[in-house]
Amino acid sequence: MKQPVAALLALAIAAISAVATIGYAQEPAGERKSGAEFMSPSTQAMQRDDTLNPGMLWVSGGEALWNKPAGSSGKSCASCHGEVLSSMRGVAARFPAFDAGSKMVVNLAQRINLCRERKQQAAPLRAESEELLGLESYVAMQSRGMPVAPPQDAALAAAAERGRKLYFQRIGQLNLSCANCHDQRWGKRLAGSTIPQGHAAAYPVYRLEWQAMGSLQRRLRNCMSGVRAELPPYGAPELVELEAYLALRDKGMAIETPGVRP
Amino acid sequence: MARALVHMPPAAKAGEVIEIRALISHPMETGYRPGPDGKVLARDIIRRFSCRYNGEQVFSAELHQAISANPYIGFFTVATVSGTLEFSWEGDNGFAQTEKMAITVSAS
Repeated sequence: MKQPVAALLALAIAAISAVATIGYAQEPAGERKSGAEFMSPSTQAMQRDDTLNPGMLWVSGGEALWNKPAGSSGKSCASCHGEVLSSMRGVAARFPAFDAGSKMVVNLAQRINLCRERKQQAAPLRAESEELLGLESYVAMQSRGMPVAPPQDAALAAAAERGRKLYFQRIGQLNLSCANCHDQRWGKRLAGSTIPQGHAAAYPVYRLEWQAMGSLQRRLRNCMSGVRAELPPYGAPELVELEAYLALRDKGMAIETPGVRP
Repeated sequence: MARALVHMPPAAKAGEVIEIRALISHPMETGYRPGPDGKVLARDIIRRFSCRYNGEQVFSAELHQAISANPYIGFFTVATVSGTLEFSWEGDNGFAQTEKMAITVSAS
């Protein structure tokens, strides 16, 4: 009679600790590791040195666009924002953010396009286009080394909360959540590559596999397709909400844009 | 025109070995990959890179299919006199691009 009770008790304890593990949304601050720490020394060197980093090709394209007038307003980004070094310093660290005009939470690329439409009266740049990735990288690079600092407002908190749910939601034919790999199995191998912790402070990144620059949304869709889930289109609220949660999860980590990833 | 980034010291002493790093945006399509429609994509690569120092060739390289997109080429040369270094990339479909960088060489 005593043994089953003890077994039940042990089960209950196991269940409680399992719940506690699942409920744990974030790695302790000291143990958070950027994806760069899981890369080979040669890929790390490529990211560290701007003269080796192919992402700088996109950054230089972004710099040219920053100073080029667009749309019927005849204004360039520089016409309003001026010197990028001062005006864009720390901006990328605060995205995604709530945009009062469209009453939506938007990421940096969407914010750039809102500016194009509202202020420059120009057509928005296509998602994942060389131009948009260039401008996004150029703006984000101005915050390099600064800590991720998501704004604290109710609208963003609500979006990040929806993103958090998505992060822990099992999806696709493989029935895996983001957390299954990036919280529970980081450091282990998925085929030939090491699973990183899923921090996003280096985006947009030059991914060697893509042979090109890509946004965080491209990376998220890549993972979703990996678990055989349905892909939300670029700019979909789900993706932006996931980005908002990741920004909260990365709070305080240094921005690395333009990152290089294998 | 493709974007190219060349990094080298703007000034050096005569006889000094300088490092030059050249990066260019190019798809380097191998000619072996099928496209979305299943048809093989035509080859589109850079075939040749060269560096001329005041008109004299100091470095050149042949590029092939196995080289990744956006190729990076790093090499060394000896700074002799002040002048211009001319970098040129040539490839399939009439691809041709030239970048120029000036160098000031002081007596050692």
